[in-house]
Amino acid sequence: MNKKRVIARVDVKNEFVIKGIHLEGLRKVGDPNELAKKYYESGVDEIIFMDAVAAYYDRNSLSHIIEKACDDVFVPIAVGGGIRTIEDVQTALNSGADKVAINTKAVQDPEFIERAAKVFGSQCIVISIDAKHVGDGKWEAYVDNGREPTGLDVIEWAQKVEQLGAGEIMLTSIDAEGTKKGFDCDLNKVVCDAVTIPVISSGGAGKTSHVIELMETAEVDAVAVASLVHYELSSIEEIKKDLLSKGIKVRV
Amino acid sequence: MTTIAVIDYGLGNIKSICRALKKSGAEVCLTKDRDEVLSSDGVLLPGVGAFAHGMEKLISQGIDEQLREFSETGKPMLGICLGMQMLFDRSTEFGNTEGLGLIPGQVLKLEILDEAHEKLPHVNWNEIKSEDPSKWDGTILDTIKGGEDMYFVHSYYVKPSSEEDVLSTTVYSQFEYCSTVKHKNIYGCQYHPEKSATAGLKIMKNFMEICRG
Repeated sequence: MNKKRVIARVDVKNEFVIKGIHLEGLRKVGDPNELAKKYYESGVDEIIFMDAVAAYYDRNSLSHIIEKACDDVFVPIAVGGGIRTIEDVQTALNSGADKVAINTKAVQDPEFIERAAKVFGSQCIVISIDAKHVGDGKWEAYVDNGREPTGLDVIEWAQKVEQLGAGEIMLTSIDAEGTKKGFDCDLNKVVCDAVTIPVISSGGAGKTSHVIELMETAEVDAVAVASLVHYELSSIEEIKKDLLSKGIKVRV
Repeated sequence: MTTIAVIDYGLGNIKSICRALKKSGAEVCLTKDRDEVLSSDGVLLPGVGAFAHGMEKLISQGIDEQLREFSETGKPMLGICLGMQMLFDRSTEFGNTEGLGLIPGQVLKLEILDEAHEKLPHVNWNEIKSEDPSKWDGTILDTIKGGEDMYFVHSYYVKPSSEEDVLSTTVYSQFEYCSTVKHKNIYGCQYHPEKSATAGLKIMKNFMEICRG
């Protein structure tokens, strides 16, 4: 069995790490590079930097943060938000990122996934899906930070992005995001059962038992935590220790 | 000061490699200039992507000759990921492509023995190990713990002609392959030490120390 990854998700707005609830009502929680360094030193497996306001400007402005992070962070780095063109992907990789996370552009132009995967390899292309519960066993994909509905069914969309060459899916539950009340385990389970590529689950962790509950319900490959570590409700070490104690394999 | 030439031919996450080497105390020279390469204390060949594309880039810029010339000096070399694969004789990726021929052996596609659970590319942290850990003493794996996790991103693996050259192995989808190679003073890692946290940085430092002599 593959080891489960514990990823720190760092949402950035105007140079600050921010954290909202349901992806809205953003509040400053710290400096992105300082937090990234702290998580690296406490054993994080990967860091995802998301430009939280990129959608408004149609561009990603995190290059200098990624470049700086490369001084201290020697684990894979992903960057997302405002990635719209092949050149944007190249810029992100040149800054030192290993992967990019794409949402809006993939919805607008699904063939972009295929083009990007051909040029950079599937392992570089993470498709970010923001899902909102819309009825019994149904979720709809949203774009623009959880504001705009797309009409796409999350399960069908997940299968389509896999077909088009996505290497991973980062699945965020808009309903659970920032609530610290636990993951939407049903959502994670149906998506993991529908695809074979790795799923990174994001949104909802407020204590380590939420991560364990998720891993025991759905076959996610990785968990992305934000509030849990930003607000020091727990730490990367503690999450890994608790997972290990339940027999879930992680890198130590 | 120990100078390590990182070959700049347009492939690979060079930024992280350079920062990791600098952190180990090396003077890093990002170059494809023959004199700079030959006068360095050690050479690091990075690389990600397809084998044929990588070789084409090396050959079109005359870097293949520089690397062969450098290897004759007996000074240390380290190839990472595709950079390691290209040190071998040939690869079966997209037909059959000649490599640099500095390490006897070939590059083959990973075999998936457990179809249900694992797929290619192999992207994840995974363990490196050896039945004889004493082989690691004085090499780039010096003081690394057996079973340590490294970060892998690949679909092909190297098969050295001589078992002697296999420094560590890794198992993916029940298939065991060579993850670190050592042939004379030429090293290669299939994983990315520059993305493998503290243990990876230790490998970079070990390489720097081997270059320092």
